Amino acid sequence: MAEPRTIDIKDQPGFRSIAIICLLVLYVPVLILMVFSLNSGSLVTHWEGVTLGWYGSALLNAEFHSAARNTLIISVSATIVSTVSATLAAIGMTRVKPWRGLAAAFMVINLPLMVPEIITAVATLSFFALIAGTFGLNFGIGNLVLAHTVFCIPFAYMPIRARLEDMDLTLEYAAADLYATPWNAFKRITLPLLVPGIMSGAALAFIVSFDDFTITQLVAGPGQTTLPLYIWNQIRRPMTPEINAISTILLLVSILFVSVSFLIARRRAK
Amino acid sequence: MTTATLSPPTLSKAASFEAQAVKAGARRNRLLSLPALIIIGIFGVLPLLIICVYSFLVAAPYGGVQWQFSTDAYLNFLFQRDIFDDTLQFTPDFLIIYLRSFLFAVVTTVICLLLGFPTAYFMATRPPAQRNWWVLLITIPFWSNLLVRTLAIMFIIRDEGLINNALLALGVIDKPITMLYTNFAIQLGLLYAFLPFMVLPLYSSLEKLDFRLIEAAYDLYATRRQVLWRVIIPLSKPGIIAGCLLVFIPALGAYVTPLILGGGVHLMIGDLIAQQFGSGRNWPLGCAQALILMAAVLVALFFYVRNTSGKVQHG
Repeated sequence: MAEPRTIDIKDQPGFRSIAIICLLVLYVPVLILMVFSLNSGSLVTHWEGVTLGWYGSALLNAEFHSAARNTLIISVSATIVSTVSATLAAIGMTRVKPWRGLAAAFMVINLPLMVPEIITAVATLSFFALIAGTFGLNFGIGNLVLAHTVFCIPFAYMPIRARLEDMDLTLEYAAADLYATPWNAFKRITLPLLVPGIMSGAALAFIVSFDDFTITQLVAGPGQTTLPLYIWNQIRRPMTPEINAISTILLLVSILFVSVSFLIARRRAK
Repeated sequence: MTTATLSPPTLSKAASFEAQAVKAGARRNRLLSLPALIIIGIFGVLPLLIICVYSFLVAAPYGGVQWQFSTDAYLNFLFQRDIFDDTLQFTPDFLIIYLRSFLFAVVTTVICLLLGFPTAYFMATRPPAQRNWWVLLITIPFWSNLLVRTLAIMFIIRDEGLINNALLALGVIDKPITMLYTNFAIQLGLLYAFLPFMVLPLYSSLEKLDFRLIEAAYDLYATRRQVLWRVIIPLSKPGIIAGCLLVFIPALGAYVTPLILGGGVHLMIGDLIAQQFGSGRNWPLGCAQALILMAAVLVALFFYVRNTSGKVQHG
């Protein structure tokens, strides 16, 4: 079978090794962090034996509870608000005749992706300080929900819009043809077909909100500690593997949601 | 679900008619964009306008601003007022931090490209089933918590970290090499943070590569090297530009990485800005610094738009 001078035209020398190195570089540090969450010694760096004790002490910690509760309140609210408004916006920007200002609207939706996080953070902080100072308005943890909703919208918007654009329009036309009202056509045809896009968008919105550190750190008031802020507070004290345990929990949540979003998107592709 | 079984010509004629009917009936749909636009308008765009205004005000002693016009924030960026004779003296401290950040961002972008391009190309040339796994493996760190990932780097490079412990145990060194809180640590952290941001856009561009062109190049006696530099790389230019931008912009404004790995000793722009709102208590200066960063980002985006406009957009 082997012919002389046969080459795989797609091959480039050394690319395989670089790809494998990249994968190792990305995963080894995180895996080490995870492994040390099982360390029975109280030092972060000296391995003594296997235990699940640090997960126990993390999960029983009252500060962890309140941080987890805050995180869930903020992420779930921001996910719901951003996914609903992103879904509406995606319909309003694809299922219409092109309207004046459509390009500008698209830019506004994507703005939070283009502005560096630290700028958004100080701008949002200034904004809430201003309305608190001028009108005496303070939404408490609602401040964080609003701040998160802003940057969650473009993440939720992307997969929903992509799904709307991939959809077979003839189905909607057929429904209209068969005397379905626009609302019925939407409810019975468009919406069911859109569900995977909405779920994928909601998963992404949830992750970016759940993981956010920069904006939360600057905007959060007293008592509004979220899980990433809790980790940051722990780093500044003498560290125990408990911090590895909490970090591992956060990573597992991210991995779960990314995989869900990814699998939904894959199924769409088939 | 029933599907349309009309023959193609009838279908397309009906579709174009129906398309008009559906879209005319749905003209009001544009109003559906309003909630998202209002939320981003009030809580995303308005705050940016507020910091533009704040940058021309005077700092209040305990944080916040006093409503009094001043260009001091911008002057303070480059000059410091002498306490005795009130003259302005050139102080490059902030400028140096900006240049350092720029350098960090450029080095990060270049190294990410050198590692990311071969990786993305390798991924794009795998069989489809394998390709999905690779994409998932790169996507996971892309969305994982940056704080936690940075922490993972910190654990490895600390004085009592894994690298130093291993080298000590092997007898290569007899006292730990200081890596944490150095420029090296920040550079490493930035590379680690943003590598997936380079690989994914490169991959989506390389995935669409027409391999018949490579075949044609080989038919015309091109060497492997020539195929890479004269066919593959020029064809993936949009992906390269997008990837570079996705790494450069967040790297320039990085906050978490220098905060944790620089230890407050080696600052980047992001920490400098945050400092003015914390211990610095000089909000107008922080706003001015943020806007100067924003200007740099806009220059990068302008460069991107100029390089990609006029080409057919796929997708």
